[in-house]
Amino acid sequence: MSTETQKIQDLANQEYKYGFYTDVETDSAPPGLNEDIIRLISAKKEEPEFMLEWRLKAYKHWLTMTEPKWPNVQYSPIDYQSIVYYSAPKSQEDGPQSLDDVDPELLETYKKLGIPLEEQELLAGVAVDAVFDSVSVATTYKEKLGELGIIFCPFSEAVKEHPDLVKKYLGSVVPHTDNFFASLNSAVFTDGSFVYIPEGVRCPMELSTYFRINARNTGQFERTLIIAEKGSYVSYLEGCTAPMRDENQLHAAVVELIALDDAQIKYSTIQNWYPGDEEGKGGIYNFVTKRGKCLGRNSKISWTQVETGSAITWKYPSVLLIGDNSIGEFYSVALTKMRQQADTGTKMIHIGKNTRSNVVSKGISAGHGQNTYRGLIRINKSATGARNYTQCDSMLIGDECGAHTFPYIEIKNSTAQMEHEASTSKIGEDQIFYCQSRGLSAEDAVSMIVNGFCKKVFKELPMEFAVEASKLLSVNLEGSVG
Amino acid sequence: MLEIKNLHVEVDGKEILRGIDLKVKAGEVHSIMGPNGSGKSTLAQVLAGRETFEVTAGEVSYEGKDLLEMAPEERARQGIFLAFQYPVEIPGVSNTYFLKAALNALRKERGEEEVDAMDFLALIKDKMKLLGMDETLISRPVNEGFSGGEKKRNEIFQMVVLEPKLAILDETDSGLDIDALKIAAEGVNSLRSPERSFIVVTHYQRMLNYIVPDAVHVLYEGRIVKSGGKELALELEEKGYSWLEDKTATAVNS
Repeated sequence: MSTETQKIQDLANQEYKYGFYTDVETDSAPPGLNEDIIRLISAKKEEPEFMLEWRLKAYKHWLTMTEPKWPNVQYSPIDYQSIVYYSAPKSQEDGPQSLDDVDPELLETYKKLGIPLEEQELLAGVAVDAVFDSVSVATTYKEKLGELGIIFCPFSEAVKEHPDLVKKYLGSVVPHTDNFFASLNSAVFTDGSFVYIPEGVRCPMELSTYFRINARNTGQFERTLIIAEKGSYVSYLEGCTAPMRDENQLHAAVVELIALDDAQIKYSTIQNWYPGDEEGKGGIYNFVTKRGKCLGRNSKISWTQVETGSAITWKYPSVLLIGDNSIGEFYSVALTKMRQQADTGTKMIHIGKNTRSNVVSKGISAGHGQNTYRGLIRINKSATGARNYTQCDSMLIGDECGAHTFPYIEIKNSTAQMEHEASTSKIGEDQIFYCQSRGLSAEDAVSMIVNGFCKKVFKELPMEFAVEASKLLSVNLEGSVG
Repeated sequence: MLEIKNLHVEVDGKEILRGIDLKVKAGEVHSIMGPNGSGKSTLAQVLAGRETFEVTAGEVSYEGKDLLEMAPEERARQGIFLAFQYPVEIPGVSNTYFLKAALNALRKERGEEEVDAMDFLALIKDKMKLLGMDETLISRPVNEGFSGGEKKRNEIFQMVVLEPKLAILDETDSGLDIDALKIAAEGVNSLRSPERSFIVVTHYQRMLNYIVPDAVHVLYEGRIVKSGGKELALELEEKGYSWLEDKTATAVNS
């Protein structure tokens, strides 16, 4: 390996900056999973009967399923009986009414991450629904949103206060039988976010949730449900970092989006969970099911994701294009370094007439990282006039990483128009030298080149999130160049 | 300003430069000429700090400092600029952003305040005009989709904005039509001052009609075999490089 390549690798393999562990008293269930645990979760959350029944139905189905083996990732078997399925910060029991009531140590955690809630409230104009372990501890701007009829609350609250909406839409996009991890989530999910945008309302601010996994050995199973009524618009941000720890942590979230006639949902994610150490030990397993349903005519769902963390990422934010003229979009940046593995992509299922989908995937591999793009474009018989554009680019940093592409295309209607572009490039020594010869450090050069590579995706992110994403990428690529 | 003593350089075990001696004083323009493969570009890149080349012997001092000890970005911050023979493309990074970052890296080194986007645009406006730079060119990604001539012009534009103390032009004239060549030369001439030096690497004499050198050196098989004034360039133009072969033989024998 040339010294330059070595240098680039050192840059890429920089240690996780957000490694720390917060000591908060937790109220946990014993490890393991059985019907009693599910009943306990449901009881702790004071859920109505329908919810418990749904969970048990999912659990029974899950027992008949096996873990999928098709992803291009390797990990040691997960012992589902050693996982703690319920834990809540103690301070939650009386329920914090404002930030003053929130555990100071928790607030400190956010501060370490550079995302102080109070500042966000004041400066960014972002309503934050913070998930700390499994219970939401702070919900802001609720009143202001309430005036517009917008509901933005912890999922557990929605179950109690808006049971009809939950009953109607929960599992309507990702059924409890959907896949191994989604079924598990359906059985044991503890919290998440619920968003309802009434007809004709344009949500005036970005709705944002910061997720954080904290208690040891606690699987995190969020459930998010976003419903955009006719002619409404919402932009939802999900961002996360996690503390340093040794055990592998399973994370199996489910996100369901429903867009009715002329509605638009923009869902943006920055994911920076602990990727494990140099050898890949201790990182988070991220097995997520995210799916949107463009149910109405002219509806639109956009997924934008920047994935830099986790030991293993298994994630395919998808769109079911049911309504005529509906649009599905997927913009993704996935960075794998050290021993990280990512198998990610999207599914665009064209059902309605004149439906369109746009897929832009940018994979970056460094160190021993393995990056796989897996995408399915399906044009059903009914989808006359459907169009898809897919662009799938991979960038390699160093010579011990890998990039893989598995595009699946199924077309059952001859009027479909498909475009697929793919490229693989390597950050060249010549590019870095060129930047250096203009006075930029090798570190800044790599960061600049990578950010340039990702530009098409970043520009889909809301402004402040784009800045954060770009910074996050730089931080992740930053290193020990002397 | 720059003093090269007995510089030997290898790449992949093959010796490319075999003992270069060169002294460039402040305010001077030196031209390095020579046939393909003589080591001209190697010399240019070694001075800028390219690591693929291994310096096996010799020394280079720049403003009294050991240049070979300095990282490439350090050299740039100390005022060395290389106009590349083959400028590199950086997709997705706008020319403006790139150049502003470069300028600020240099300003930071000099203890000056960084310029913001507005000031920067004001600063480059005149220089763009000087080089006939199209406004769209500056907002496009660095060199991406640029024609050969546009890339070269962009190099000169960067040089004019960064105002180096020692500019090394590596075959900037190749790929330029005569009009573009004149404009590039104008860019160089606009920078000429008693404090600033240039090393102009070129195949052909025609560039030197516009950038008049104080000295011309002929590089052949890794050595400077002849040095002279600007008239040497004309002589080379007339005779070609073949007569140098006899010359080297004589040099070695004597």
